[in-house]
Amino acid sequence: MNINLTLIGQSITFFVFVWFCMKFIWPPLTNALHERKKRIADGLAAAERGQHEQKLAQERATETLRDSKTQAGDIINQSQKRASEIIEEAKSDSRTEGERLLNAARAEIEQEVNRAREELRKQVATLALTGAGKVLEREIDEATHSKLLDELAKQIQAG
Amino acid sequence: MASSEQTSGEYIKHHLQNMTFGQHPDGSWGMAHSAAEAKEMGFMAIHVDTMFWSISLGIFFLWLFRKAAKGADSGVPGGLQNFVEMMIDFIDNSVRGSFTGKNPLVAPMALTVFVWVFLMNFMDLIPVDWIPSTVAWLGATLFGADPHHVYFRVVPSTDPNATFGMALSVFALMLFYSIKVKGVGGFSGELTLQPFSSSNKIVMLLFIPINFLLEFVSLIAKPLSLSLRLFGNMYAGEMIFILIAIMYSAGIGLGLFGGILQLGWAIFHILIVTLQAFIFMTLTIVYMDMAHSEH
Repeated sequence: MNINLTLIGQSITFFVFVWFCMKFIWPPLTNALHERKKRIADGLAAAERGQHEQKLAQERATETLRDSKTQAGDIINQSQKRASEIIEEAKSDSRTEGERLLNAARAEIEQEVNRAREELRKQVATLALTGAGKVLEREIDEATHSKLLDELAKQIQAG
Repeated sequence: MASSEQTSGEYIKHHLQNMTFGQHPDGSWGMAHSAAEAKEMGFMAIHVDTMFWSISLGIFFLWLFRKAAKGADSGVPGGLQNFVEMMIDFIDNSVRGSFTGKNPLVAPMALTVFVWVFLMNFMDLIPVDWIPSTVAWLGATLFGADPHHVYFRVVPSTDPNATFGMALSVFALMLFYSIKVKGVGGFSGELTLQPFSSSNKIVMLLFIPINFLLEFVSLIAKPLSLSLRLFGNMYAGEMIFILIAIMYSAGIGLGLFGGILQLGWAIFHILIVTLQAFIFMTLTIVYMDMAHSEH
């Protein structure tokens, strides 16, 4: 157990090793560790953020769903109301149209009746005239007689 | 295994002798062929085995960790990467726990000290005859040396030169940072103005030599205790392994008993190996902290 140059050799070795470790080993490793720590922390934060966002989105989705449900209900109600309105309208329209058609038909019928009656009157007058002519035969002044007969016809007409 | 030509005493002595290269008293340089020759060389000698193993193990540590450091990124770590990062984390926590100053040197130094000392201590767990016998055979075959005079110690931390070398380096750094942080005045004040102090100037003057004596002793005790603790533990551990190894040449019964003893001691020694490395590192951090903190 002699103390000798080994002492100095060991000291030099010690300093060289410590220097090497300090220069080339410690910094890259601690950097990597720090970086990983940061990445993990970032990842955790991102996950938390994502969860929060998901929760918000879910809330938004339920809200939207609720809104759309009420809207759809409104729309259905409105359209039902509108449909019944349309039906009512159509009913009343058809009723008035029917009445109108009925009235027109009645008026036409009356007109027809009138015309037929006129025709009848005229024919009766001609018949009467012919009959009278046949009866009288000789009463020749056709002009005065026809005038007389026209007046008669008018009187009938008026009556 | 003690060979038949050796007594137990010679076997132990042979195992405790370093391979020494140095200057012979006549001025020539060469290997020491005996313990006496090594002693005669005095300071101008170097323990080849201690230096070889400490440098090899240190380079192994640096290579391994450098490999991990090169591949280090913030992605998913592999096996080696994981192990190295675990070590870094462990050292970083130790340094954070004990070191309050700010110095980028301390943590890498703690890492180097821990792993390096651990590896050097770990050599103790290799059966005591394996490497020395191999080296003796190599020496006899390649250099024609007498195998009984080829000395080889495998555990650098059982060489006080190695432990003192490291402890004195730590001590030098401690003095350097003490003076750098506190200034010459602050540091000498720390050595002379406490633990006893007085508001009376004359009494204070009397206290100064007493304080200096106390503080100087405690200062010197730091590198001494640091190195001797490691050296003592490892030396004793190695000694016990050597004593157990002697039993192998004393018949089958004692040999088997020795085998069991060696296994038990080796398992227990794993604890000592790690613990001593850890203590050396922790004390290094604590001494550096003392150098940085003001009283």
